[in-house]
Amino acid sequence: MKAATLARIAQAQQKREALVVVTRLADGAQCVFDAAGSGGGLVLAPEQAAEAAALFASGRSTSLSGPETLFARAYVPSPRLLIIGAVHIAQALAPMAAAAGFEVVVIDPRGAFASAERFPGVELCDEWPDEALARLGLDGATALVALSHDPKLDDPALELALPSQVFYIGALGSRRTHEKRLGRLRDAGLGDKVGRIHSPIGLDLGGRSPAEIAVAILAEVIQVRYRGEAG
Amino acid sequence: MGGHGEKPKANVQTDTESLFETLRRWRAEGKPAALATVVSTWGSSPRPEGSHLAVDEAGHFVGSVSGGCIEGAVIEAATQVMASGCPQLLEFGVSDEQAWQVGLACGGRVQVFVEPVE
Repeated sequence: MKAATLARIAQAQQKREALVVVTRLADGAQCVFDAAGSGGGLVLAPEQAAEAAALFASGRSTSLSGPETLFARAYVPSPRLLIIGAVHIAQALAPMAAAAGFEVVVIDPRGAFASAERFPGVELCDEWPDEALARLGLDGATALVALSHDPKLDDPALELALPSQVFYIGALGSRRTHEKRLGRLRDAGLGDKVGRIHSPIGLDLGGRSPAEIAVAILAEVIQVRYRGEAG
Repeated sequence: MGGHGEKPKANVQTDTESLFETLRRWRAEGKPAALATVVSTWGSSPRPEGSHLAVDEAGHFVGSVSGGCIEGAVIEAATQVMASGCPQLLEFGVSDEQAWQVGLACGGRVQVFVEPVE
C-alpha cells in the first residue's frame, strides 16, 4: 500500500467519507474510488469500476468479477451517536454506545454537566448544540438523542436533525413535555418532519434507572440502524 | 474541555485512533509496517471480508483477521513481507496442515492478503 493511499483512507475516516480501495492480489497494485472518481496505478475495466462504485452504498467488501482476483475494500463511516445533554442517562449511555462500536459525542455547553469527571474517556463538546452539530455534520450514519430536558438545548438540535440525513432521532420527556415540544417544532415549520422523533425514547423494556433507560435507547438505535423504522 | 485534544503517544492503538492512523504513526516514526486483509472466507470464519490486521517491525499489532487463531502465522508472514517488500496471499483452513498447527478450529477457511506499507 502506497503512503498516499494510507493517508487517503485515514483522511476519509476522519472526514466520515466513503472510500473503496481495489487491490489486485497478484501484485498488490491498487486504485482508490471516492465520491469524486478514481485514481491510482491500477486501471479497471468499466464493469469492474461500476461494481466497485456500487460498494459505496452497501459498505460491503468483496471480490470483483473478472479473470484477475481483485479485492474491493469499502470504508464507510462508523456509526455515531450524538447526545444532547450531559445528564445522568448520558453518563450511562455514552460508554455503552462506545462499547457497541459507536463514535460518541456528548454535547452540553454547561460546564458543570459536561465535565471529564462525570464522563471519563468520553468526547465532550461544550459548544451550543446548533454550533456543535453544524461542525460535526449530520450524516446518514449518525443518530441523535436529545436528553437534556431543556428546550434551549434540545430544540435547536432537533430543528437541525429533523431535515437532515441522520438515521435516528430520539427525545426524552413525558408525553406532555413531548406534546409541547411538537408544538414548538411545528411553529418552527417542521410539522411534516416531527413524526421522525422517537418519543417516548427507547424500546419499552420497563426499566426505570438511568442505565436501564440507556439500554432501551441504545437498543432502539441499533434496531433502527439494522431494521429501519418499524413504520 | 476534552475530546478534540492530542492523542497519547503510546505504542498501542488508543480507543479513538483508527488502525490507519496507527499505521501512519508507525510509518512516520520510521517503523516498517504491513497490512493484512481478509479477502475471502468460506464456512464459519469469525471475521468478515475486509477485516484488517496491522503489524509493525517488532510484531506489535492492532486489529484482527480471525478470532485469534491465525494471528501468529499472519504476523510471521507480515515480517517476511516487510523484509522482501512483496505481498503474500495466505490461506488457512481446517484441512490445512499449517492451520491445524495454528489452530483454526472453527471449521472455516480464510484467505488473507498481506502487503507492505510504504
